[in-house]
Amino acid sequence: MERCEIDAMISGIRDNRPGTLARAISMIEDEEPDSAHLLEGLHPFTGGSHVVGITGPPGSGKSTLTDRITKHLRKRSKSVGVVAVDPTSPFSGGALLGDRTRMGDLATDPEVFIRSMGTRGSLGGLSRAVYGAIKVLEAAAKDVILVETVGVGQSEVDIARVADTVVVVFVPGLGDDVQAIKAGITEIGDLLVVNKADLPGASRVESVLESTLNLAPPREEPAPKIASASAERDEGVEELLDLIEEHRNLARESGLLELRRRMRARAEITAILARRVSRHTEGYLSDGDNGWYRRLTRGEVSPGELAEELWSKLLGQESEG
Amino acid sequence: MSEGRIRVLIAKPGLDGHDRGAKVLARAMRDAGFEVIYTGLRQTPDQIVSAAVQEDVDVIGLSILSGAHNHLFPRIMQLLEEAGAEHILVIAGGVIPEEDIPALEKLGVSRVFTPGTPTSEAIGFIRERVGA
Amino acid sequence: MFDEKKLREIEEQKRKWEEGPVAKTIGRFPEMKEEFTTLSGYPVERTYTPEHIADIDYEKDLGFPGEFPFTRGAQPTMYRGRLWTMRQYAGFGSAEESNARYKYLLEQGQTGLSVAFDLPTQIGYDSDEPISAGEVGKVGVAIDSVRDVQTLFDGIPLDKVSTSMTINAPASILLAMYVAIGEQGGHGPDALSGTIQNDILKEYVARGTYIFPPEPSMRLITDIFAYCSQHMPNFNTISISGYHMREAGCTAAQEVGFTLANAIAYVDAAVEAGLEVDSFAPRLSFFFAAQSDLLEEVAKFRAARRLWARIMRERYGASDKSARLRFHTQTAGCTLTAQQPDNNIVRVTLQALAAVLGGTQSLHTNSRDEALALPTEDSVRIALRTQQILAHESGVADTVDPLAGSFYVERLTDDVEEAAREYIREIDDRGGAPAAIEEGYIQRQIQESAYDHQKAVESEERVVVGVNRFRTEEKKAWDLLRVDPAIEERQREKLENLKASRDAARVETALEELAGAASTDANLMHPILEAVRSEATLGEISGAMRSVFGEYRAPIVL
Ligand code: B12
Ligand SMILES: Nc1nc2c(ncn2[C@@H]2O[C@H](COP(=O)(O)OP(=O)(O)O)[C@@H](O)[C@H]2O)c(=O)[nH]1
Ligand SMILES: [Mg+2]
Repeated sequence: MERCEIDAMISGIRDNRPGTLARAISMIEDEEPDSAHLLEGLHPFTGGSHVVGITGPPGSGKSTLTDRITKHLRKRSKSVGVVAVDPTSPFSGGALLGDRTRMGDLATDPEVFIRSMGTRGSLGGLSRAVYGAIKVLEAAAKDVILVETVGVGQSEVDIARVADTVVVVFVPGLGDDVQAIKAGITEIGDLLVVNKADLPGASRVESVLESTLNLAPPREEPAPKIASASAERDEGVEELLDLIEEHRNLARESGLLELRRRMRARAEITAILARRVSRHTEGYLSDGDNGWYRRLTRGEVSPGELAEELWSKLLGQESEG
Repeated sequence: MSEGRIRVLIAKPGLDGHDRGAKVLARAMRDAGFEVIYTGLRQTPDQIVSAAVQEDVDVIGLSILSGAHNHLFPRIMQLLEEAGAEHILVIAGGVIPEEDIPALEKLGVSRVFTPGTPTSEAIGFIRERVGA
Repeated sequence: MFDEKKLREIEEQKRKWEEGPVAKTIGRFPEMKEEFTTLSGYPVERTYTPEHIADIDYEKDLGFPGEFPFTRGAQPTMYRGRLWTMRQYAGFGSAEESNARYKYLLEQGQTGLSVAFDLPTQIGYDSDEPISAGEVGKVGVAIDSVRDVQTLFDGIPLDKVSTSMTINAPASILLAMYVAIGEQGGHGPDALSGTIQNDILKEYVARGTYIFPPEPSMRLITDIFAYCSQHMPNFNTISISGYHMREAGCTAAQEVGFTLANAIAYVDAAVEAGLEVDSFAPRLSFFFAAQSDLLEEVAKFRAARRLWARIMRERYGASDKSARLRFHTQTAGCTLTAQQPDNNIVRVTLQALAAVLGGTQSLHTNSRDEALALPTEDSVRIALRTQQILAHESGVADTVDPLAGSFYVERLTDDVEEAAREYIREIDDRGGAPAAIEEGYIQRQIQESAYDHQKAVESEERVVVGVNRFRTEEKKAWDLLRVDPAIEERQREKLENLKASRDAARVETALEELAGAASTDANLMHPILEAVRSEATLGEISGAMRSVFGEYRAPIVL
């Protein structure tokens, strides 16, 4: 891609052209060589959106909640970007991306852009491309960007690294105590929302959450707030949105937002580096013919020494290329 | 064209509620390594085209068994053109009479897969057309 | 049913037979498969003996036809007294065209009517709404107001012919329209007989024509139960349907389990609403598919009857009359192929045979052009003739439950019942059918089975004649039924005329009253009847309820 094509793309993104946004996100997802240039070019236009992460177990209503929050945001005249992540099959590499089924009538709103993503290689964590997609949507000047995670494993922790505000979704009946304690989930959430409040048992979950918070060690950041909602009935969503906005305002004033942003940048840089390292080393290690394993089993080298060897090789290559 | 994974939107246009075929196909495509976006029942042409554009899909697969294809497909093709998304491969399947197919192909529907076609055939066709 | 000693002898002989002749034969001609399974995937043994039914207690588990637990049939004399109702599901285009098809079918010896509505009607939209464009009259008859219903049944004696209507979300509206035209013809509601499908839960799961959220939908259903228990003693208030879930891909045992789990939810809802079980349960009816595995299907029908009887007695202390499961059957459309369509006649014959051997109360036989389009008159006549041949020539209708006592069929009956019970238990654990549906459990099970089936066909593990084996060059030009697209325009004109000629103020009041009643807990049948009588349209009546109940998006499971 020529420099000018990338520039055209960037201006298309800034003009909020859906086709261009979409293409840009694909480039990043597919790790096309130009995507690095694209991201560089987009960088100056980023940072203006409120990035809200929505995490919680599968089936807890994240997509439904995302749909409802978006509708309320639209009523407040905010433009919205949605990134919804579903798991990639480890067997085929394919994925069934179904979050849009809950967001049907948002599809035709020009001020809403929804993108579904598979986790692809990212080991249950947030898809790497999520960082990039956020940048694209920020450059398109979306007021709010909602990121729906797969809600399992590492993604819950990862979301805390990319979002300004993290909403963790709980539901009645899913092993109430376990949910709360799991992965110290109460530590990453800024807002803990008990969804499906129309079902029995919601208040119990709320009280379990409260007592979990009371027992939690004090943290620098303000303690998470607890809310309840029924996404299905669109009850409590308006209030949840108020809390989300309030969190962002407080975070901005207290410097927390700055801290988060720094963490996000750090995570991004680390991710780029880690990616690079693994691309170089994976190639070498998956090659059965270069004899590294034989050397290892014969005791000629230790894993540590091999790593050292690869590292020097990598530094060499990097300085050449 | 794209170097990444093949992305397919499986869409159910109109009021049709027959989703067995669409879902079977979605799973088969997932198992073939595609990323499949499914948007559920009762999709309007507008919704289908917007979703296809936002998702930057390589393929739109329309599944229809309600006989409304002659009304809905022209609208979808027209909207795709208006959105500058003619590059998306459009295929279709379901209960579509043989004699309607030439006209649909003329609109730009690349291939119509009628009952009894193995999912592998549709998957093969996509691979051949969009590579990867 | 055999004594201990005899059983042991038989067991011993079987062992010898297996070690001797069987082993020898297999040595020379291996069996064609390692494992034989029913269509639903249950293992099938080489042969069945008295051992397999050793646990069966004749009185407790089988009994006599027409008696608890109804395993052997819903009535004492079954088809010796009256044949099943031959009821072809039909409807397309306008009310006029469909009326002509009904008259044709009745002339050909059909004994009941079954109305197929178009999709806008089923989803509560009038023909002139933008969302209906292209769909009017396509897959069923277009009904916008009571006037269309009048036309639809013109010249048909409503007190003599029973009518089944496949209508779910707007069931109360169509029921009200039927009552209204009955009255116009001089027949009170008590003189009408028939069935409304009225089964919303399976719409969320497998059929897709839902409008409102579960709660108000269940309320509409129990309102109908209450209304009919007072005014329509001969009307089946619901047809709790496994057919659609089966057609969406589930197995025989899942079909029974999921259907009865839904049935339990309806009974619970009605009891919750204050109705006495025995006041409404005798009017519950069921609807199953007849698939291609003949004996498994026969067992399924028998198992469904027995299991429902037991559930009604165990859970609700219901009377035998309430515990008696009556059902309609349709042959399985999804087995019918676009390739070599005439082969479908044979498939349908076998499936219809299963339904009759299983003791169905009414039957629809699919047409040979099932996978191509709505049936032509010629095709539907053959399908009807198939039923008539079974009824009058095959002899299977002459004795009740002829397969009882078959070691295999009894064993299968037991197995299907047990497996279905297991599904019900699983659903109970999830808080009942509505919760299990919300969570996607039932949908997931169905899709799993559907995908397995597709893979088995593609790998040729399951043979489908004419599709993956025994193919021939297809003859191209099939004569298909085509719906005239001009119908849409005609419906629009009819609507214009209607709106110009009715009493607009009466309509408005009726709709306001309906909306008002919807937000209380009054029985909605009455305001709906008034709205229908005022000639409010189906779309307007649905709209009034939409404004209060909202619209629902069923969970989509992938
Ligand atoms: C199963 C079925 C149902 C089930 C659907 C369950 C479900 N959740 O899907 C139930 C019982 C609910 C049902 C209901 C109705 N049905 Co129906 N149904 C069928 C049936 C028997 C089989 C369809 C099926 O699922 N086959 C199995 C799947 C795997 O195959 P498939 O969908 O054809 O898909 C294959 C190919 O077509 C292709 N394909 C399909 N889509 C796509 C998409 C792409 C991108 C590609 C590449 C390929 C592809 O690949 C698939 C694999 O081979 C057909 C007749 C038939 N034999 O085809 C009638 C049929 C489709 N139904 C019909 C009708 C009329 C109805 C109703 C509208 C009746 C009514 N008036 O109420 C209702 C309402 C449904 C609704 N809400 O829309 C008519 C449609 C007539 C027409 N188009 O002219 C048919 C043709 C029967 C008939 N001859 O009357 N039905
Ligand atoms: N009862 C109830 N169900 C809900 C609510 N929110 C979502 N659901 C249902 O929960 C299921 C899963 O929702 P979805 O948004 O897809 O969850 P996700 O997997 O977390 O994205 C769907 O069937 C929704 O209809 C709610 O507030 N109440
Ligand atoms: Mg989701």
